[in-house]
Amino acid sequence: MDFKDYYKIMGVKRDATQDEIKRSYRKLARKFHPDVSKHSDAEARFKEVGEAYEVLKDPEKRAAYDQLGANWKTGQDFRPPPDWDAGFEFSGGGYTRADSPAYSDFFESLFGHGFGSAPHTGAQGGFRARGEDHHAKVLIDLEDAYHGAEKTITLRSPELDAGGHVITREHSLSVKIPKGIRQGQKIRLSGQGAAGFGGGGAGDLYLEIEFKPHALYRVEGRDLYLDLPVAPWEAALGGTIKTPTPAGPVDLKIPANSSSGRKLRLKGRGIPGNPPGDIYVVPQITLPSADSDQARDLYRKMERELAFNPRSKMGV
Amino acid sequence: MTTELLSGIVLDEQTELTLGELCRACCRHAEWIEQLVDEGILEPAGHNPAQWRFSGTSLQKAHIAMRLQRDLDINLAGVALALDLMDEIESLQAVLSRLQSRD
Repeated sequence: MDFKDYYKIMGVKRDATQDEIKRSYRKLARKFHPDVSKHSDAEARFKEVGEAYEVLKDPEKRAAYDQLGANWKTGQDFRPPPDWDAGFEFSGGGYTRADSPAYSDFFESLFGHGFGSAPHTGAQGGFRARGEDHHAKVLIDLEDAYHGAEKTITLRSPELDAGGHVITREHSLSVKIPKGIRQGQKIRLSGQGAAGFGGGGAGDLYLEIEFKPHALYRVEGRDLYLDLPVAPWEAALGGTIKTPTPAGPVDLKIPANSSSGRKLRLKGRGIPGNPPGDIYVVPQITLPSADSDQARDLYRKMERELAFNPRSKMGV
Repeated sequence: MTTELLSGIVLDEQTELTLGELCRACCRHAEWIEQLVDEGILEPAGHNPAQWRFSGTSLQKAHIAMRLQRDLDINLAGVALALDLMDEIESLQAVLSRLQSRD
């Protein structure tokens, strides 16, 4: 298993005072709190900082950890020396399994299994707790929000086996994704979280919906935005053109003298719901390339006959 | 292997939760939920606790409040402020990404 340098994680020197450690922890906890932070690895960092603080805030655990010596480097292969904690008087630093996030193997090997004589609340008689809630993300296609879907998801969760050991259990669930679901929404599956202890109920499972990026559409709430290429004459003369939608192509009326970027709304064609969303089509005028004599002649003809200066408002 | 198809509840404005359901989902006493209502963090429909109906988004807010309180040791007024600011950041970011995707 890998050695963890708790001082480095906490960003303090080995001789930092308890107050310095506390201040540094507070700062890092705010920075990496998964509800607040936009860092992509916020959750992992937050757990790491929490684990480091669990050890360094407790003078007994800190002293025991310090005893391992300062020569260890992060990531180095580590095995605790035999009887490494002999000679310490432990009163239990409040490490209770029931509410602890899953600590690293490194932590477990040092403090996990009956560290000192700490009172241990495991799956013992008289102890009863509801299982933890689990959270997971589900990636879906935009089309799934239009039609509804069934998704099979695989979850890996740490659990306690009958002997009180932490094991990773993998299980699959089939979940119904209702029509009209939006990006970022959560689905609650009650009783599908971790099992409880001692007769406590199971926790819940929360699934956060995330849309896979779509090649054509940008999603905003229930509305979609689509950049639609149009020919110059379609934009200039107006007319009816075909536009794709996730539910199939539809006719779109383009007013004469449309300009690039002016939004056209397809009411009610967005993600279904009450009310349904809209699709905003943003025309992008696309020029035919002048790669033949015929095309060049046509452009020259426009140049001669239209007397068009697109920069007239700029005074040049 | 056959797995049964599970249907959950979408936590949106349309979902309605009673005080009891919210308490169970958060594993907290009704008093704590009442404090969130007093602080303006949750805004249930209905006049008294027995009639309160919370939206699905209330459950998400209550969860965030719970974690902020537990992990960062902030009081409920601080939690309320943090939640307001997070809402504001979210709407600003939506505007920003709309503007950025135009280029």
